[in-house]
Amino acid sequence: MLVAGIKSRPVYGGLNVDTHAKRHLFALEGEGALALMDQVKAVGPDFLEHSDILYVAAASAAHEHDKALAKLGADTLWVAPTIPVLLNRLNVMLGQAHMGTHIYLSGTEGFIGQAQQVAMNHGVDPASLHKEHRGSTARRVQCVHCKGITDNVTTSPYTCSACGLPLLVRDHYSRRLGAFQGVNIDAEEPGTAPKPQELFP
Amino acid sequence: MTINTEMKVRVAKVTQVADKVKRFRFERVDGEPMPVFSGGAHVIVSMRDGKALRRNPYSLMSSPEDTKGYEISVLRVENSRGGSAFLHETLKEGDELVLSQPVNLFPFDQRAKKHIMMAGGIGITPFLAMMDQMEREGKNFELHYAVRTRTHGAYWKDLQQRYGAHRVKVYCDAENLFIPVEKILANQPLGTHLYVCGPAGMINGVLGKARDMGWPKQNLHSEEFLAPPPGKAFQVKLAKSSRAIDVAPHQSILEALEANGVDAPYLCRGGACGQCETGVVSCDGALEHNDHFLEPDDKASGRKIMICVSRIKGNEVTLDL
Repeated sequence: MLVAGIKSRPVYGGLNVDTHAKRHLFALEGEGALALMDQVKAVGPDFLEHSDILYVAAASAAHEHDKALAKLGADTLWVAPTIPVLLNRLNVMLGQAHMGTHIYLSGTEGFIGQAQQVAMNHGVDPASLHKEHRGSTARRVQCVHCKGITDNVTTSPYTCSACGLPLLVRDHYSRRLGAFQGVNIDAEEPGTAPKPQELFP
Repeated sequence: MTINTEMKVRVAKVTQVADKVKRFRFERVDGEPMPVFSGGAHVIVSMRDGKALRRNPYSLMSSPEDTKGYEISVLRVENSRGGSAFLHETLKEGDELVLSQPVNLFPFDQRAKKHIMMAGGIGITPFLAMMDQMEREGKNFELHYAVRTRTHGAYWKDLQQRYGAHRVKVYCDAENLFIPVEKILANQPLGTHLYVCGPAGMINGVLGKARDMGWPKQNLHSEEFLAPPPGKAFQVKLAKSSRAIDVAPHQSILEALEANGVDAPYLCRGGACGQCETGVVSCDGALEHNDHFLEPDDKASGRKIMICVSRIKGNEVTLDL
């Protein structure tokens, strides 16, 4: 069960390397590495010498994309152990970045949303970010009741990891929080929630 | 329908501030306060000049917090359609005219970490109000102001005194000084926004350079009010009301409609806002698009026209009005 057709649902336009950019900053998670490789195939490798890459393997560790990224020979590549560590590094780099730097985000939606939050705090308009969804369709969802956030939600309804309510997942998305909004599905008659369906593999 | 709660005002003060530039202060006839506006806003000034009713947009330059009156600065242009000539030569202190409510099509982005403004000549006016607001809100800003000669440039001395010469830089054509756009844009922190107001050539030049240097369009802002260019006379047919109205060579379609009692929608009257977008049913000639609003696809389609500044080359156009 999913409530779809809500306008705030993000649309990802693709990484589309901008050749006017003076520097390119890539923040990639898991399968997002492949989005960058596809750009190299599409426009050639010239932009890599002006590129910084931050990568976290997350659930894709077994694919060893970090090794493939290292072979690209970008100006810098830094592999983070976890998403929070990568976001921290991204925050520091954006604090020193200049206009003319383009920011590219690719990976799961939960990752893109959190990296976008970091960029927005530096005054970057989300519409000027280059974004491409790769990998799992699992969602990052906020419980609208207790405000607890659950990462990697693959079903609807799902059980809130913070308060335990069964929550209906909707396309209603908050850019500020970088999360979809989940709402209690059996508020009128507690205990009548339908069985979770695997919707976001 | 245009939602327009107009304000009757009296000219409280006229000041010559530079060569060909006069400042006008307007206060409400009924003594009520004016609404607070945001920096970058403009008003439409309605002027009764003999038989003609002129309505022109002017940027508000006074402090947005000053609710006792609004101030505009007007350059006397050589080939005036009548507005600037009327304001400079006819209008006197004590005269009455009508202002629209303020509308802002050129606001600054509150999310920005830094604001860079570039003004050419009389394009300084929206920035005067913006800087007043930015200073009050503790924003990080700088102004680069191009003037023809030091005596043509309005307000540059006041601005340098108020905000400091490190934040207000003046470049004078006559001294062979030009805004070093590339140098300024080269090392700005992430989250900087750029605002340009001045002649079309300057706006296009600056924004083109910024895009070439990788500035995203979301960080680029400009405003230029166009005067409707003259052309040949033609006739407008209104499909819904089955009327035919003549447009004179120095009249815009919007002005011709108004002169004939048709209440067509408008907001900026300068080709910027999009409010007066009108459907074209048919045209026996070519549409002459003079606005900044329609996308190239829309202009090419021949189905839409901005009646405040655009006209046709031909005899007759039928509009969806």
